[in-house]
Amino acid sequence: MSITRSMMEIVREEMDRHGVKSLKRLKVRIGELTAVEPEALRFCFEAYVKGTPLEGAVLEIEDVPLMGWCAQCSAEFRMEYFLRACPECEGASVTKTTGHELDIVSMEAE
Amino acid sequence: MHEILIEQGILSKNDEIAGKNREWLRARGVFSINMVSSPGSGKTSIIEKTAGLVNGLLKLAVIEGDMETDLDAERIRRHGIPAKQITTGRACHLDAHQVHHVLPWVFEQGGIRLLIIENVGNMVCPAEYDLGEEMKVAVMSVTEGDDKPLKYPALFSASEALIINKTDLLPYTDFNMERARKNALRINPDLRVFETSCTKGGGLAEWCGFLVSSAGRAAKARAK
Repeated sequence: MSITRSMMEIVREEMDRHGVKSLKRLKVRIGELTAVEPEALRFCFEAYVKGTPLEGAVLEIEDVPLMGWCAQCSAEFRMEYFLRACPECEGASVTKTTGHELDIVSMEAE
Repeated sequence: MHEILIEQGILSKNDEIAGKNREWLRARGVFSINMVSSPGSGKTSIIEKTAGLVNGLLKLAVIEGDMETDLDAERIRRHGIPAKQITTGRACHLDAHQVHHVLPWVFEQGGIRLLIIENVGNMVCPAEYDLGEEMKVAVMSVTEGDDKPLKYPALFSASEALIINKTDLLPYTDFNMERARKNALRINPDLRVFETSCTKGGGLAEWCGFLVSSAGRAAKARAK
């Protein structure tokens, strides 16, 4: 819930800054390796906007998979079950490229 | 109707204050750790034991996070260690803002070199909230099951060290230490793993040695 509160604080600030009153859609990006469960975020969002002028706004969640990149062969791959070795060349120097996102992308408002 | 680009981290405000906390602590030569675990895995006991072992080497202060009561801070104070309780009310984690308000108290103690922040017992949300610490330390106990790292990967991925506590209870559980280590290292191959027992004393010296040398390394890096 406090993640939702932080998110909505930013949204309200941005709405004030752009002089818009009604929120239609909010797009966020949530990485697989964060502690945020998309469905729980959706539930909290609905609870937060209920009975406020923001009620009815749609929360659009982009799930970002945990991806890895191999320094040895430059392969990019989905890190299934937190596999650390490269599935192409079995090299061990794999870095995470995505999966840590917890971002507000944009909003549709008027 | 128009689309307004925001592109901002949801926790960007927390992260900003956490950055300030880190800056303050570093400037005053305080090494800080954030201990995260589920309720009842023994964080407070580990801190009590740690206090006994490191306080002669590094002057220590403790911030205790709980939803209610200052029982844990009271426990730490009994060892002659300054401890401040933050009660979070309904929140299941500490945030950078709460810690920010307590930092002046830490600095008033004078000469503190190590700050241990004990987070609210919870393995989920604390993983996402940077408090400004140098190091996150995950704690789990053998009564919780060796698959814990796979269930809560965010925490184990964000931590530098893992303490597996209550090893004295190993004979009474089906906890497999080998499997627990493997699961933890699968999530984070750089994790330093310590096996401790606060009742029998095992592994605490290794953990404290690591803590003191990490603090020393950080101090040296700052001096450069």
